[in-house]
Amino acid sequence: MKKTIANREIDVNEEGYLIDFKQWDREICECIADECDIEMTDRHWEVIDYIHEKYNNDEPLSIRGIKKSGVIDIKEFYELFPGGPLKKATLIAGIPKPKSCI
Amino acid sequence: MKNLVILGAGTSGTMMANHLVSKLPKKEWNITIVDQYKTHYYQPGFLFLPFDIYTTKQVKKNGGKFIPKGVNYIIKKINKIIPEANKVLLEEDDELNYDILIVATGTKIAPEETEGMAGPEWYKSIFDFYTYEGAKALRDKLREWKGGKLVIHITEMPIKCPVAPLEFAFLADSFFKHKGIRDKVDITFVTPLDGAFTKPKATEALHYLLEEKNIKEITDFNIERVDYENNKIIDYADVEVAYDLLVTVPTNMGDALIERSGMGDDLNYIPTNKATLQTIDFENIFAIGDATNLPASKAGSVAHFEAEILTDNILRFINGEALKEEFDGHANCFIETGEGKALLIDFNYTHEPVTGTFPFPGVGPLSLLKESRVNHMGKMAFRWIYWNMLIKGIHIPFVSAKMTEKGKHFEEIK
Repeated sequence: MKKTIANREIDVNEEGYLIDFKQWDREICECIADECDIEMTDRHWEVIDYIHEKYNNDEPLSIRGIKKSGVIDIKEFYELFPGGPLKKATLIAGIPKPKSCI
Repeated sequence: MKNLVILGAGTSGTMMANHLVSKLPKKEWNITIVDQYKTHYYQPGFLFLPFDIYTTKQVKKNGGKFIPKGVNYIIKKINKIIPEANKVLLEEDDELNYDILIVATGTKIAPEETEGMAGPEWYKSIFDFYTYEGAKALRDKLREWKGGKLVIHITEMPIKCPVAPLEFAFLADSFFKHKGIRDKVDITFVTPLDGAFTKPKATEALHYLLEEKNIKEITDFNIERVDYENNKIIDYADVEVAYDLLVTVPTNMGDALIERSGMGDDLNYIPTNKATLQTIDFENIFAIGDATNLPASKAGSVAHFEAEILTDNILRFINGEALKEEFDGHANCFIETGEGKALLIDFNYTHEPVTGTFPFPGVGPLSLLKESRVNHMGKMAFRWIYWNMLIKGIHIPFVSAKMTEKGKHFEEIK
């Protein structure tokens, strides 16, 4: 389905996750973050960069990975993306949410 | 003579030995397979053992029975792989040289990764069912358990057979109903993901199962520690879940051998090309099954499809041909839903499970993403198929390594 983000038509799934990462950019990112009541700071961007690096290497995202990332500790990760941090951070980063097989 | 060495005689390793023994010229190639244990377990059976549906005898056999004639079978612990020297070091200063190495050392649970999990309550009020020992200890516990709070918990992804915890919850519901104590048992499913079902189609088709069986769901729960003195699990957001009986799926990690050899990622899985199954760092080392870091499910059915493609690629590698980039992440899994019914799902890297029929388009007899008794019979029959066909490398009729889209209800992505 289509969703208008930053005055552009973006392809998203039922849960609002981007279907095509090519449509993602910083402006889109800030708009999605805003919808989640998150204001992007340099720390947020560092986490988004880390998530993109993992995604590009086909490596699964996990809390353990965050812990070992050297970018951020888990407490701060929860503070930056309150609620479900992996779920929100992937939504904002424009990549699929962490999932199981069904 | 050249040497092909397979590390691990589980589902993947045993299948590869059986495939390759008939394909590699005997005058040119020695095939050796190494495993530290004599026993071959039917791992899907660990789900049924705690509920006394399967006996211990039905889930384990002597591994040697399944290693074909013409393959050297070594029962020894593997100390280290030295890829630069094309060498594997075994215990007792034994060593093997290889021209081609296949790593099939699987994945293991690592409860020690979570504070308080593998402590004094391990196998008393805290259990896993991903090992023979855990499933058997849990069976003994369930035989005498009088009820209370049952918490079924996933520590972190990825895990082997990602639907098994959910199947466990469904079977537990049936088990306690038949025992006449369902009203005394409170079942809660705790997951680090955003639901017991995580894909939109499956959630829509299957969420009713949780409601129907009165299974509570706690999502986005990233465990920090187990407070075994006060019987609760606590996550990084300070959410607490109380239990009387905790059935957890601990962190899953590749074999410590991979770490000792410096070949793995954070979780000791080997970086592997997801289409060819060649390892990223070494051209004469291939990896298969749970040992890889592939973004596919860690499951026997995936290993089965990988084995057919890896066999082709080993032959191509020997002949100096380009490898086939053919593995599509295909998985095909029965999911027990209790009360003698099951679901079947079929999916790959790019397609999520959908409704339809399997294996014959429009005919079935198995139905996809829908509960049925026939599916349950399929799951029960699978144990026979596993021991008699699958690990012996006999092709299962009508089931292809690459996923077919026929007979399935895909929606076009708009």
